[in-house]
Amino acid sequence: MNTRPETPARRSILRQPSWAQRAETAFFGLLRLGTYFVLACAAVIFLDIGIKGGRVVFQVAPPFVNVPFLTQAPETLNVFTLDGVKTKLGDREFRAFKAAHPEKLQGVAVESYVYSAGGIFPDIVGTVLLVVGSMVIALVLGVFSAIYLSEYAKDGPFVRFLRLSIVNLAGVPSIVFGLFGFGMFVILFNWNVSLLAGWFTMAFMVLPIIITASEEALRAVPKGLREGALALGATKFQSIRTNVLPYALPGILTSSVLAIARVAGETAPIMFTAAYVVRDQMPWQVEKWTDFFFQGVMALPYHIYVVASKIPQNEYTRDVQYGTAFVFLFTVAAVALCAIVLRARLRKKYRW
Amino acid sequence: MSPAPATPSSDARKAAAPKAAAVQPVIEIERLDFFYGEKQALFDVSLGVAAKQVTAFIGPSGCGKTTLLRCLNRMNDLIDVARIGSGEIRIDGINIYDPRVDVIELRKRVGMVFQKSNPFPKSIYENITFGLRLHGLRKKAQLDEIVERSLRGAALWDEVKDRLHESGLGLSGGQQQRLCIARAIAVEPDVILMDEPCSALDPVATAKVEELIQELKLRYTIVIVTHNMQQAARVSDRTAFFYLGKLVEFDTTQRIFMNPANPQTEAYVSGRFG
Repeated sequence: MNTRPETPARRSILRQPSWAQRAETAFFGLLRLGTYFVLACAAVIFLDIGIKGGRVVFQVAPPFVNVPFLTQAPETLNVFTLDGVKTKLGDREFRAFKAAHPEKLQGVAVESYVYSAGGIFPDIVGTVLLVVGSMVIALVLGVFSAIYLSEYAKDGPFVRFLRLSIVNLAGVPSIVFGLFGFGMFVILFNWNVSLLAGWFTMAFMVLPIIITASEEALRAVPKGLREGALALGATKFQSIRTNVLPYALPGILTSSVLAIARVAGETAPIMFTAAYVVRDQMPWQVEKWTDFFFQGVMALPYHIYVVASKIPQNEYTRDVQYGTAFVFLFTVAAVALCAIVLRARLRKKYRW
Repeated sequence: MSPAPATPSSDARKAAAPKAAAVQPVIEIERLDFFYGEKQALFDVSLGVAAKQVTAFIGPSGCGKTTLLRCLNRMNDLIDVARIGSGEIRIDGINIYDPRVDVIELRKRVGMVFQKSNPFPKSIYENITFGLRLHGLRKKAQLDEIVERSLRGAALWDEVKDRLHESGLGLSGGQQQRLCIARAIAVEPDVILMDEPCSALDPVATAKVEELIQELKLRYTIVIVTHNMQQAARVSDRTAFFYLGKLVEFDTTQRIFMNPANPQTEAYVSGRFG
């Protein structure tokens, strides 16, 4: 093939890989390795929770899903050996059994394990309520602030100070937000441990994410759209409402997906402000509708925390922990998915 | 449009700009100094824009022509540091920088077409009706009629009549710019400002927009900023040449291009600098 005469230029192109090329290959490999390592960590975590939690949540026999786990409140598990058969009963069933056959349990040793029977339905409901409520508050406050900062405020020392405060707010540990919420909302405002206190505490926690991202999203809307509206005689507010905010919404929702995951996952801010270890009533079982806002709820992350660290560990509590973690991941994914679907729809509607 | 009343200071203006418009001007700019912060962008600019004519602002980049254009509908208000140092701009005899002036109403009367076509990411129909809805027009029959009239006015009707409810962004660049013109004329302005409307268009689309400008000037007063001297020569009745924030020469287009009084103008229009 090689019939052309050898020239220095041809030789230098065809020669062995240089040092720079080797370094390039090595560096590229390093980058790839780093990425794979992160992926591997994520895979291990998800597989661990998926396999161990999946065993709790799913079952081989129809209906294939452990329905009581998803629809019942946590109960104490009673374990005893009856007629040579190891029997596991939740507290309510156990009491009913005891009332029906008091003689059978004579002299039988019953071991009981708290929170290891029943399900985690109130926790799912509580987490969803906490996420939705705090996101509504955070989005309203955050988008308002972002509009003020990016559209109305004139750059100056005051605005720079505001921005600095917002960035600093992002660095505050969540337990500090929890204690702040406890002092401010629970005690000073006398809201007690309630949904409302939890909503505001968590809303404040994610405000920096939402404000910063919303500002970026607002800025990304081309200047021409604003000017186009203004040149037709729109006021500034009209131009923002009709020609800036709708196009910034997908970007704002992207940041809310992050915020949702954070709000749903945090335990520290709610342990003093909104979460109960256990509560018998469901959130909608209130006397007046106003009571709805002033009730504490159970929540998935707090439940995991309690079951994992506050009660004696045994094989039964382990199942609850993994099952709860599994359901928790799904709940967060589901809420985030709603935001993503909404974003996709908006993007389609307002493409530019 | 009511005829502009005679202004008491028209003698002073004539002194500042000896070759002012012979026709009674609808826009009078008088001894305007304009600043961005500390930096002065316009120096003592005086000129009159005649009704139902095309007035072109030409000059090299950074000469202040766009700044002056954006003074005419107070779009410069959006820039925090922008301010008028001295002088005034009158439209129909009203000083538009008078604190009593309603900027919204002013911008309705002085429409604008931008350098980069900026149709809203909405349907063609909604693009045209946007300004009308802002000002409270809701009747569908009336809106339909104005949409058709505006699109016909912008020579776009035949191309888009079958897809009024599709996105304005689906149009070609030239069509988008004509859509923006249609959107501007939908609110029935007196004046249309055009900021390099053809700079992003190909020659065919440019020719269409230029043709359109010729039709529009029958009904509207047009001020156009352009980098393209041939374009100024083709479309405008009067041309103002700016250099470094100063109005160098303002005269009929024919004189500016054929027989300019100022050697700087001559050098620019003949392509020796700029």
